[in-house]
Amino acid sequence: MTSSEILFDSPADPVVEGPVLQVEDLHVSFPSEAGRVQAVRGLSYQVSPGEVLGIVGESGSGKSVSSLAVMGLLPSSARITGSIKFQGRELIGRTDTELSKIRGRRISMVFQDPLSALTPVYTVGDQIAEAILVHRGGAVSKQAANKRAVELLDLVGIPNAAERAKAFPHEFSGGMRQRAVIAMAITNDPDLIIADEPTTALDVTVQAQVLQLLETAQEVTGAGIVIITHDLGVVAGFADRLMVMYAGRAVETGKVDEIYQQPRMPYTLGLLGSIPRLDVGEKQPLVPITGQPPSLTDLPPGCPFAPRCPMVVDACHTAEPPLIEVDGSAEHHAACIRTGEIAATDAEGAEAAAEIFGAEVVEEAEIAKVPREQRDTVLELDHLVKEYPINKGVVFKRRVGTVHAVAGISFDIREGETLGLVGESGCGKTTTLMEILGLQKPMAGEISVLGTNVSSLDSKRRKAIRRDMSVVFQDPMASLDPRLTINDVIAEPMQVHGYGKDEINRRVPELMRLVGLRPEQLSRYPGEFSGGQRQRIGIARALALEPKLVVLDEPVSALDVSIQAGVINLLEELKAKLGLAYLFVAHDLSVVRHIADRVAVMYLGKIIEIGEVDSVFDAPRHPYTQALLSAIPIPDPVKERQRERILLTGDLPSPANPPSGCRFRTRCFLHASLPPEKQRTCIELEPPREVQAPDHEAACHFAQIRQVL
Amino acid sequence: MAGFLLRRLVNYVVLALVATFLAFTLASVTFDPIGVLQQRNPPPPAASIEAKKRDLHLDQPIPQRFVTWMGGVVQGDFGRTIADRPITDELGRRIGVSLRLFLLGITIGILFGVLLGVVSAIRQYKFSDYFATLFSFILLSTPVFVLGTLLKMGAQGINDSIGTNVLIFVGEQTPGFQGNWFEHLGDRLQHLIVPTLAIALGQIAYYSRYQRSSMLDVLGSDFLRTAQAKGLTRRKALFKHGLRTALIPMATLFAFGFGLLVVGGTFTERIFGWFGMGDWLVTGISAQDTNVTATVTLFVAVCVLFSGWLADVLYAALDPRIRVN
Repeated sequence: MTSSEILFDSPADPVVEGPVLQVEDLHVSFPSEAGRVQAVRGLSYQVSPGEVLGIVGESGSGKSVSSLAVMGLLPSSARITGSIKFQGRELIGRTDTELSKIRGRRISMVFQDPLSALTPVYTVGDQIAEAILVHRGGAVSKQAANKRAVELLDLVGIPNAAERAKAFPHEFSGGMRQRAVIAMAITNDPDLIIADEPTTALDVTVQAQVLQLLETAQEVTGAGIVIITHDLGVVAGFADRLMVMYAGRAVETGKVDEIYQQPRMPYTLGLLGSIPRLDVGEKQPLVPITGQPPSLTDLPPGCPFAPRCPMVVDACHTAEPPLIEVDGSAEHHAACIRTGEIAATDAEGAEAAAEIFGAEVVEEAEIAKVPREQRDTVLELDHLVKEYPINKGVVFKRRVGTVHAVAGISFDIREGETLGLVGESGCGKTTTLMEILGLQKPMAGEISVLGTNVSSLDSKRRKAIRRDMSVVFQDPMASLDPRLTINDVIAEPMQVHGYGKDEINRRVPELMRLVGLRPEQLSRYPGEFSGGQRQRIGIARALALEPKLVVLDEPVSALDVSIQAGVINLLEELKAKLGLAYLFVAHDLSVVRHIADRVAVMYLGKIIEIGEVDSVFDAPRHPYTQALLSAIPIPDPVKERQRERILLTGDLPSPANPPSGCRFRTRCFLHASLPPEKQRTCIELEPPREVQAPDHEAACHFAQIRQVL
Repeated sequence: MAGFLLRRLVNYVVLALVATFLAFTLASVTFDPIGVLQQRNPPPPAASIEAKKRDLHLDQPIPQRFVTWMGGVVQGDFGRTIADRPITDELGRRIGVSLRLFLLGITIGILFGVLLGVVSAIRQYKFSDYFATLFSFILLSTPVFVLGTLLKMGAQGINDSIGTNVLIFVGEQTPGFQGNWFEHLGDRLQHLIVPTLAIALGQIAYYSRYQRSSMLDVLGSDFLRTAQAKGLTRRKALFKHGLRTALIPMATLFAFGFGLLVVGGTFTERIFGWFGMGDWLVTGISAQDTNVTATVTLFVAVCVLFSGWLADVLYAALDPRIRVN
């Protein structure tokens, strides 16, 4: 961020009193085969100049649709009624040409997926310049617009901006593209910026950078901001006010602090209670919200949350509760007839949620009480290496380089234990997983499963060992064959391993009950289940052969928070009940803290810190771990505002050309602060993994504890 | 990139040679020009048959014949037809006739096909979309000779109602036409309209279907929304960002469409009495003429391979993601 005082040469905006955006009784509906979908049903809110409003809700709650309605970007099949006033002027009913003069000029938008948000065939610079030219083509020359585009890229923190402006979107990383989109959004000094899940598709370190950038953008433009998210952590430190949406309506609104501390609607409580906390050491109960959001085509009368609500009474089914003032505060509203009773409980925030939803901490397994050293080793990696050649040429392939995807990693997993493997995308997590699951002789190093070295296996033994190890994939939609019934899906591993028909028929319903599904649904197809249910089916399939080790590849990252909590709880229960060991690959460190016993942090193909989970999280030694932890938002506005973020600069270096010595040094804040002679150590010597505390190793020459939570 | 395209070009020369050799061999093996000669009534004298055999190098093995012929081709001599006329003289004229017809037909086909496809996609499931779909399917399922005949009848009807022969649908020019260059141009245009339409209509139908689906893929994309969020009107975003991206997958189709049309245009040429390359292939085969067959094959191979090359160039020009160093 070089200068925040780049002049915005906008004509003097008329000073408008009152809110920038005022939405009144907004209804949006779409035609569908099952009838009209009432996506937004009577939504009212407003945003004042310079204010940050967070809109929170699950997918399908209408949060994105209502914002697209403001932008006038809904498909023409949408029917929109109500009122959307921007600076006092009504937007509904305006033509596309009229709206296009406001879009990008007065209201701008940042989208969720930066990878697809830019046109692939134009340079990034041109696309930013276009945002200027389309509004001020008469007054600004093309050269001036291009120059301005470079300034903006520099402002959003793209290094070497003049050069990078000529690059095409595919040459930018995801984080850089999101920066470019933000540059585009602030180009014309807008009065309102709508950010629709701006960080959901990004890595945590990049998420922290982008959130910081949005704050800067707000300071520079003084615009009001609407930030839409499903993650209560993201908005805790950033938003001033919060609006929780459910089934197309606002169910609770108020100041951020009030909502986090005194949520007065069971759904908000559930949302808060379902998030695993990074800053809580002892086991905390996670609140799953059972069931699914209602279909918006044919809503029954009454509160739409009633079927999932633990506090439901008969009165809830008679009429939909309006938003009413709670706690005597003019700003805090909730739509629940029993808010008074919620207010009467002593507990606050997430604790109240656990109390009301009746969530409990999952009991530990018997095996967990045995000291780690006395348990059997289920999986052991010893200096595992995996490299990919980079080839060039069509006919005569020649090797021009090597991608060092996994550069010699070692760890072991004992019986009944969960190891969390974390790191940014591209750090080698997935490659490690694939190497383990492949059960082939590695390029270098060793993999042992249950004490058997896989290099020496013949195909028969390999198949036998596969019974002891199974996998759950990230995407529950793609990992189940849509043409097989659930019965066939779960039975398949058993058929492959030659189980008898009777045994399969006995075991499949048993597995269904085990993962919390009804055996009556066995004849259905995956398409008839929700994401969370499908992930349960995936887990049932993984457990079919009674494995000792389950490899979980980001098992909850594709799920909504409320569903995620249920699956995490299930995994914990199964572990305790069946004495399973998990290798849990994730990028969400909060989930890892909740579920894992030990954690290994990967960076560019190396494990840079590993150890007992509380020790690593509470007293991280490696600067990278410290940065990762500090990047993760905590769903607590007070704590969040006080936290100091360690912002990592730039993106992950290419694993084809890793830095010499310590691989992290190019992004390391500690390295940057060292005197030159110490810096030389980092550049020349690769730090070895050294014991820092009992069951806690880190690979840093200058390891020191730094608390970041 | 230039080096890459140059290497490709060299590969193509080899491929064209192989294709021509195969066609030459196949023609030499199956054709029996001497047999045709012997069946003439009255039979020609044995001496002239022997002379013909020598002229056609039938005493040599096929590969050697090919080398002899190819040696001539390199110097610009494509040999002589069975009726003993130099092929080279006719080749230029026939290529001219074919290209005039097909280049114009396909250009119109691409332009209007893309336009129709885009309109169809934007107005999906509305009347204009259904209409375009119906139009395309009818045209795609109509054989060329039916379409050609229908067009001829239509042209005749127009001529009758006007009273003069405005649209001429036989031949590519009026034989023995006298006049200045401007009148010549007018005469050729009059001949050109109906056959061009016969080609263009089918092409419009074909391209519009592909353009429609590639445009539909782009319509829901995020970058189109970003462009509108920037302040572009929907129409402008659709054309500047949407169509530009939707054209990328079409590049290959355009290029190969051209190459294949020159081959497949035989019917059209025959229906409208245009003596182009397609017509020549049919005449050549029925006259058992190896040289003509091989010449047309070489031309077709060059067209197809050039199309492939053009597809690469177009693709690189349209899509920065595949521009490799």
